[in-house]
Amino acid sequence: MATETPLKGFIGESIKRKEDDRFIQGKGNYVDDIVLPGMLHMSILRSPFAHARIKSIKADAAQAVPGVVAVVTGDLLAQHKLAWMPTLSGDTQAVLATDKVRFQGQEVACVIATDPYVARDAAQLIEVDYDVLPAVVDPYQALEPGAPLVRDEKEGQSSNHIYHWEAGDKAKTEQAFARAERVVSLETFYPRCHPSPVETCGIVADISPVTGNATIYMTSQAPHAHRTLFAIVAGLPEEKIRILSPDIGGGFGNKVPIYPGYVVATAASLLLGKPVKWVEDRSENLISTGFARDYHMKGELAVTNDGRMLGLRVKMLSDNGAFYADAQPSKFRAGLFHIVTGSYDIPAAHVETDGAYTNKAPGGVAYRCSFRVTEASYLIERLVETAAIDLKMDPAELRSKNFIRPEQFPYTSATGFDYDSGQYEKALRLALEKAGYDELRKEQAEKRKRGELMGIGLASFTEVVGAGPGKHFDIAGLRMFDSAELRVHPTGKAILKLGVKSQGQGHETTFAQIVTEELGIPAVDVMVQEGDTDNTPYGLGTYASRSTPVGGAATAMVSRKLRDKAKKIAAHLLEASEADIDFDHGKFFVQGAPSKSKTIQEIAFAAYTNLPDGMEAGLEGVTYYDPPNFTYPFGTYLVVVDIDRGTGQAKVRRMIAVDDCGVRINPMIVEGQIHGGLAEGFGIAFMQLITFDEEGNCLGSNFTDYLLPTSWETPNFETYETVTPSPHHPIGAKGIGESATVGSPAAFVNAVIDAVAHLGIKNIDMPVTSDKIWSALHEVGAAE
Amino acid sequence: MGRSISLTVNGEMVTADVEPRLLLVHFIRERLRLTGTHIGCDTSHCGACIVLLDGVPVKSCAVLAVQADGRQLTSVEALAAGGKLHPIQAAFKQEHGLQCGFCTPGMMMSSFALLADNPDPDEEEIRWALSGNICRCTGYVNIVKAVRAASAQMKLSAAVPIPVGAGS
Ligand code: FES
Ligand code: FES
Repeated sequence: MATETPLKGFIGESIKRKEDDRFIQGKGNYVDDIVLPGMLHMSILRSPFAHARIKSIKADAAQAVPGVVAVVTGDLLAQHKLAWMPTLSGDTQAVLATDKVRFQGQEVACVIATDPYVARDAAQLIEVDYDVLPAVVDPYQALEPGAPLVRDEKEGQSSNHIYHWEAGDKAKTEQAFARAERVVSLETFYPRCHPSPVETCGIVADISPVTGNATIYMTSQAPHAHRTLFAIVAGLPEEKIRILSPDIGGGFGNKVPIYPGYVVATAASLLLGKPVKWVEDRSENLISTGFARDYHMKGELAVTNDGRMLGLRVKMLSDNGAFYADAQPSKFRAGLFHIVTGSYDIPAAHVETDGAYTNKAPGGVAYRCSFRVTEASYLIERLVETAAIDLKMDPAELRSKNFIRPEQFPYTSATGFDYDSGQYEKALRLALEKAGYDELRKEQAEKRKRGELMGIGLASFTEVVGAGPGKHFDIAGLRMFDSAELRVHPTGKAILKLGVKSQGQGHETTFAQIVTEELGIPAVDVMVQEGDTDNTPYGLGTYASRSTPVGGAATAMVSRKLRDKAKKIAAHLLEASEADIDFDHGKFFVQGAPSKSKTIQEIAFAAYTNLPDGMEAGLEGVTYYDPPNFTYPFGTYLVVVDIDRGTGQAKVRRMIAVDDCGVRINPMIVEGQIHGGLAEGFGIAFMQLITFDEEGNCLGSNFTDYLLPTSWETPNFETYETVTPSPHHPIGAKGIGESATVGSPAAFVNAVIDAVAHLGIKNIDMPVTSDKIWSALHEVGAAE
Repeated sequence: MGRSISLTVNGEMVTADVEPRLLLVHFIRERLRLTGTHIGCDTSHCGACIVLLDGVPVKSCAVLAVQADGRQLTSVEALAAGGKLHPIQAAFKQEHGLQCGFCTPGMMMSSFALLADNPDPDEEEIRWALSGNICRCTGYVNIVKAVRAASAQMKLSAAVPIPVGAGS
């Protein structure tokens, strides 16, 4: 079937994805597909208890199983100073437990065997003698005096308190509250959930005993940063480490941290001189790798009686689990949570957060989120809904009244963010119009008279994505720039090498299109390479919607560098002065004489064959781009739900999404990102929950308990756009991977609350399951 | 110890010695090195491992290799015939029905079975038929579109290649 398209791939053209051909034919190359000669397999024995002292570990029986090559324990790692590793938040994490286990599922020992089935069998034969200790699973209890101490091994750590962090102006905020005619408050819990890409995490570590070269295939969203961390943690020389991140089956933040399994597999390969593969199973993925959220939040909004917002005050407690392993810029203990003033012109704000250790898995990754923006956006959008209820105002009108207006940009928020651009009212109006808001409100009123429950929920979110700037933002000390290297070959075809790494976002297409726009080389002729630290320039990787804002900007800038050189060559070929050469869609021509022109392909050939005197040959360059600011995508989501009083089931009837992510490079891909984010937002709002019983047993350790939305329950999405370019990004793009997950949970929950608020129900924490809705209705005597 | 099994894999006869406990998905991936079939869970929920056995979609993580003895197995690798994409494959690309591609082979095999059964499914029928396949990237909207586009295309072209061993 013909899939060729006449489109070249300029910005704004929805060309089909270049990466698809291999995926639709089963020829993707994921970590688990990699098989090396002599490769061994690793299986991890994990703790069944949330908190227990290890008295002894006996591995003889496991060791004796035919096919078992080695059993690795924490003690063995300790001999190599590898029993503990640093986390991305400057804490330490046990690689294999030596003293205590601190959460259920913690790594205790590993078996390396010739066959994966044998490795698993043998792991079950390891005998661990535990002394079970009381577990603490609630962060408030964890901070009470006398609570079991999770991190007793840490010097100077006498409680479970990890950090205290503040942003904004406390005194100014207190004054605002003193002046307020009314204070609206909301206490809500954003529960723990898990990104759960369909592909779990894995590694094949291959360290040659002869050369000492370490080739590491890994599900890595940030291969360069991981190489540096490997060099530091394992003491391997960095130039000998090559991290290859092949095709990745979804990441969503889950593949940002370094996990103990990676470290043990690498150490084992080093010690045994053979390749070692470890691919976690789904339960391991859910119980031990990067969870997200788990924020207990209390927000207060100071308002006037006619709905003007004067101040915002937030107190928050973060449940970090047993090790503080949030993946986020190091100076910001609660990530970018202080963007919590959202789309509103709130003159004063103050945020106070504390973190606590508990006997739960560590993590705190940015799950399809730019470092805790999701929690912030949820809080403010739920708080605005609460304010609308208290003030008996229409929630759209209340938002509209308080939006930062277009003429206020660039706008500095009360907590210090410099918003680049936005047209919040425009996005809101478009959503209302497309939904037929007034009609829906009428329908709701009529239904209410008949006792039927229908709700309309809004969220007008603002995101902050694209970290750097490197001056303020780093991961483990590495400044958050990103890079692009571009080489145009003599025949006019190009290779673009990037420091970011796609996990399904379509980089091979989108980034080629930036080159098309800037140089005129058709996207099909631009090969994009990522995920190989030997063959791509250093970058911080893909998460927090930073690829287009940072890597995309680097691509545009390097293309422009080449274009400048191409102009010089064109002048030489056309025998004109460089100042007289213009460029348009891949053609360089003499001003006023468009027939005198050269194509980029002709110029590329000349760059190797016919250069002006004194010019270096070739057409290539590299750019490291440190963004001057974040970008601030935004939008309005509108959800309509109908609730069954008999079952409490909320059925999403419509979901209207208006997104503004600035200039859209490939609109088809952008829309796909929005769909995916909306489905995850829907899952978080209604189903996805990782919770624990009081002994710290994880309830949500497989897909029977941890519910993900399938095609059956996921609603259809109606998507629309407004376009407000970022003024500082070279092509005006803002980033889109996460907006929908950030913005949509509040819209879903607001819709549910809007349906029941008149009955006196003002909050139900996520996930808003039918039993929770029914119980809330039952309590106010409104259930059937 | 090992048991000998014989089956047709994508049209070719295969004989192998397998341990009775070996999962079919591992047999396909590790022994036959057909890595288009993926693994995404341990509770038969995700559908990344779906293949056809005698034309019927099965989760190959929930079937033992020995149970495939004497049967016809079709995996994603057989969808394209004679260098030509199957309309389902073409439609997934055309409608942007995939992102990371990890769920895609399973999705396409489920779609294949659906269209063999019901050549003109409506949105609700498609969503129901694919509810055993989890996708974390696409939000399903474009997958539904792709299946509808494939259905239209297959009705148009009478001579759609049918994967070998897919049954009739
Ligand atoms: S791997 Fe078979 S259903 Fe998930
Ligand atoms: S495309 Fe990534 S899971 Fe479906």
